[in-house]
Amino acid sequence: MNYQWWEYLFTLPGNQIPWWAEVVRSVIRLLIGVAGALGSVPILVWLERRLLGLLQGRLGPNRVGPFGLLQPVADALKLFMKEDITPTNVDKTLYYLAPAVALAPIVMSVTVLPWNASRDWGAVAPGLDIGILFLLGVASIEVYGVILAGWSSNNKYSLLGGLRASSQVISYELGMGLSIIAVLLMSGTLGTQAIVLGHDPAQPSGYFQAGTTLTNGQGILHYVPVNGVLSSGNIPAAVPVHDALSGFWHWNVLKLFPFGLIAAVIYMISMIAETNRAPFDLPEAETELVAGFHTEYSSFKFAMFFMGEYANMLIVSAICVTLFFGGWLAPWGGLSQLPYSEALASSFGGGVGLFIVNLINYCVIAPFWFVTKLYTLISFFILVRASFPRLRYDMLMRFGWKGMLPVALVNLVLIAVSLAVQQTVRERWAKETTDDPTLAAWWLGQLTAWAIGGIILGVLFLNIYRDYRNRRAATATDPLAIVPIRRDTVVRPMDPATLPE
Amino acid sequence: MSDFWADVKQIASEVVAPFKGLATVGSKLTERKTVISYPEYRRPMGVRARWQHVLNRYDNGLEKCIGCSLCAGACPANAILVVAAENTDKARYSPGERFAVRYEINMIRCIYCGFCAEACPTGAIELKDNFELAEDSRKSLIYTKEMLLVPDPNRERVD
Repeated sequence: MNYQWWEYLFTLPGNQIPWWAEVVRSVIRLLIGVAGALGSVPILVWLERRLLGLLQGRLGPNRVGPFGLLQPVADALKLFMKEDITPTNVDKTLYYLAPAVALAPIVMSVTVLPWNASRDWGAVAPGLDIGILFLLGVASIEVYGVILAGWSSNNKYSLLGGLRASSQVISYELGMGLSIIAVLLMSGTLGTQAIVLGHDPAQPSGYFQAGTTLTNGQGILHYVPVNGVLSSGNIPAAVPVHDALSGFWHWNVLKLFPFGLIAAVIYMISMIAETNRAPFDLPEAETELVAGFHTEYSSFKFAMFFMGEYANMLIVSAICVTLFFGGWLAPWGGLSQLPYSEALASSFGGGVGLFIVNLINYCVIAPFWFVTKLYTLISFFILVRASFPRLRYDMLMRFGWKGMLPVALVNLVLIAVSLAVQQTVRERWAKETTDDPTLAAWWLGQLTAWAIGGIILGVLFLNIYRDYRNRRAATATDPLAIVPIRRDTVVRPMDPATLPE
Repeated sequence: MSDFWADVKQIASEVVAPFKGLATVGSKLTERKTVISYPEYRRPMGVRARWQHVLNRYDNGLEKCIGCSLCAGACPANAILVVAAENTDKARYSPGERFAVRYEINMIRCIYCGFCAEACPTGAIELKDNFELAEDSRKSLIYTKEMLLVPDPNRERVD
């Protein structure tokens, strides 16, 4: 078959193109991903400053350009024009390496985040079926940049910032990892695209996967616009929507209610801690540590940290959207695609009709939903930053180890129990009846998990209640007994008998 | 038992407290801001505001300043320079015998105390409400007589 060059580069499915076309495609996808991650940084900076201003009763930057939209450009220009100072006693190698180490893994982790349904164009590396493992591995490297910066700066504040960052990230990565494992249990796969779709796109499932190619007898290739069943002929007309695409109640955040929700909340909290943002911004707490780990950095090197911080915020939000909020899926199935009809396709003219419909579905509608969810989430984090005061260091550690970790662990166990019961029931009943046991199995599994969870919650509540009762009893005699900072420090008066004469 | 429910209420209120906080801060988003966008909108300056000096004129256009240097003497920051010259019939600037041929105020030195205005016997120098005194160099912050003098009401401006 003779294909045009643009068919090789853009329309043919991935298994029918020569290696050079795949290389060019990869480079194009990579450029899209990197441009998306780093290009969003100025928008994010603008959004954060503007929204934070509005939430604090100010207007925010509104001078440079319309609505202050060019403010990040002015900021960047100011940063790059500044003198690049390298202090005398720094460890030069690590000092120069640190910003790159902080920025690079963030850009790397964009590779597995899917932005549309296409099997060939859905992400920078759409076929990577260990997506989440890759994310976990790469995201942990970022903290090395912070630690290296703190260590190499030869400055006590930097070092303290780096130490705080390392302990904080280690503590909160546990809860984060456990909540991610919860998602893996629920969706049964590591691939990000499969997690979004709720099933593995590589498995034949009675549906035609999005991105499947079909020939219509004259050798013209078509794509199936979204996952669905073909109803008639060999032209994908009137494609019904796969039920994974049919609405927000299939997203992981509402799966196995409320365990998916708990996992999502834990992920979101640890994600703020992971990106060192308020109220967990102890590594760069201005009031305590000047600027924390980047105290000694200026000009472009500081800009790299700054960019890394905001890109990291974007990436972890994107991971959150992908894992819990259905990625590029629309909140309602009908909104995730153009309503397909022959008339619509032919209105674009002849053979390219379906191609254009697909193009709009893939390149406009799916990324639109992804970006909308992403920025809604980021706006929420800006609201959190505006609302909550910074935690004290011991509170941070206590919250991480005594709060997040046990909750995440119990949540994971309950999900496992629910899924195990469901699977057992399904297998047992599949032998005995011909009815579909999925719904009944779901209820049985969930009831089991709810019962165990209820018992644990009850014990937890009684524990908290006992603490309250004790505190009330203590305050009856000494009103200062409940001040937490005094609770652990006990001053014992010396025994007069031991005093020297 | 009433204690038990009081404690339950207390615990519940502590659980919802962060969300209440989020709602409170979130409601600020659409609230009317008290910000005054400065270059476009200004707050009215107080009537006794003491900012940049002006040199006044009489209604007939003659300068009030008679070059007596009392302002320079009263200035605690030593910011004022006055060089006086004799009025002649051909070139008459002020009603008295002498006038200020040079009158310079170093606006960086000035502490805006208003002693110069108090010392002035003719009410020539006054501190008024122009507070936008930022410049790029020290030199341009030495304000000369031409910059301080109010425009002559009897002459048309030719700019």
